[in-house]
Amino acid sequence: MIRVVLPAHLRNLARVDGEVKLEVRGPMTQQSVLDALEAGYPMLRGTIRDQVTHKRRAFIRFYGSEQDLSNEAPDTPLPEAVATGKEPFLVVGAIAGG
Amino acid sequence: MSGVRVLVGTHKGAFVMTSDAKRKQWDISGPHFTGWDIYHVKGSPVDPNRIYAAQNTGWFGQVIQRSDDGGKTWNPVGNKFAYEGVTGTHLWYDGTPRPWEFKRVWHLEPSLTDPDLVYAGVEDAALFRSTDGGQNWEEMPALRQHPTGPNWAPGAGGMCLHTILLDKNHPDRMFIAISSAGVFKTEDAGKSWRPANKGLHSEGIPDPNAEVGHCVHRIAMHPSRPDTLFMQKHWDVMRSDDAGESWREVSDNLPSDFGFPIDVHPHEPETIYVVPIKSDSEHVPPDGKLRVYRSRTGGNEWEALTNGLPQSNCFVNVLRDAMAIDTLESPGIYFGTTGGQVYGSADAGDSWAPIVRDLPAVYSVEVQTLR
Repeated sequence: MIRVVLPAHLRNLARVDGEVKLEVRGPMTQQSVLDALEAGYPMLRGTIRDQVTHKRRAFIRFYGSEQDLSNEAPDTPLPEAVATGKEPFLVVGAIAGG
Repeated sequence: MSGVRVLVGTHKGAFVMTSDAKRKQWDISGPHFTGWDIYHVKGSPVDPNRIYAAQNTGWFGQVIQRSDDGGKTWNPVGNKFAYEGVTGTHLWYDGTPRPWEFKRVWHLEPSLTDPDLVYAGVEDAALFRSTDGGQNWEEMPALRQHPTGPNWAPGAGGMCLHTILLDKNHPDRMFIAISSAGVFKTEDAGKSWRPANKGLHSEGIPDPNAEVGHCVHRIAMHPSRPDTLFMQKHWDVMRSDDAGESWREVSDNLPSDFGFPIDVHPHEPETIYVVPIKSDSEHVPPDGKLRVYRSRTGGNEWEALTNGLPQSNCFVNVLRDAMAIDTLESPGIYFGTTGGQVYGSADAGDSWAPIVRDLPAVYSVEVQTLR
């Protein structure tokens, strides 16, 4: 079970409170987590990564286990603590704009 | 009992304002989608409970929302806007080629006959449509693939397709406008397009009379006279009486012929409205006076409508999609400002009153006449 923390705007869009818990099949990677997230919450498609290229949106960052995972390759295994659900996978909207 | 529903898109959410036919007392709901840019909200002419909203931010991209109960509740629908085929390039501000890249939806135009059919004008300029109530979107690629496409360039606000005019009498005819490419016309339901900019004259572009490259801000049409079009260009108010084949200027005595919105009276096809703005570099009303100008002669002779509007120290702008007119017997006119005011007139512009004063900057105003 993976735990995902979404920024407030995406929690509102997905109509969830608190963390999202996902069953992820196969290797625990950024890509598999986002695939599972978008399968469970289709309204989030395109809001975190591009729907065609799957490139992370510019003002979105990924953190987990006190590491910035944003620029990791999508198929890189997630840190053990995130992969086991001990710690959440954080989707963060960059602090920018007005 | 008849009434109206005004749909307002702002920098930080959408608002729905309803009133009876007197249009004196207003019930305001919102913000919906708080914190997001709402470029446009528009209802279906055939099912007033069906409303579409274009929601976006730089963080999370584009979302399309749909209401099936007149704006009380909303659900996100499809938001995949993928260009068809080879993307190609257009011109960037510095004249270099730049690949087409989807940024946001500027305008949603529901069909005149089918509530599930809706068109979307987007930045970078292209036309999309959905035939299933917004769940899936497909590009109508012939427009973007027009031979002049590589020469299109953005205006200051981006290269946006902002106007879509449909014509019930000619279902295969459609006009669209792009800043700053100009007007394009199809007569075969989007299979092919051609520029419709003859007669436009724009200083500051290499050829002032070019086939494309004009910064058209808005076009409007009365449904009973589909061959007559009115245009607020960057500078110049224009009209066409041959379905966009040629244009002539009708600015005449306006205090400034720069501006963004233009609209037509629902019962008087020769009565039109604009909001003059001082200049392209200043974007404020002339002399600090917020004035709507009305022409009852289809242009050239304009009168200032000021009763109830601020006539000193007013320095707001009115954007291209931020004016709308209802179809009640005494038509109501509504416009929103970048200062967050939405003004309404229940007597075709003779007098005005604010419906609300302190919204975020208003991007768009539409109205539904409910009978």
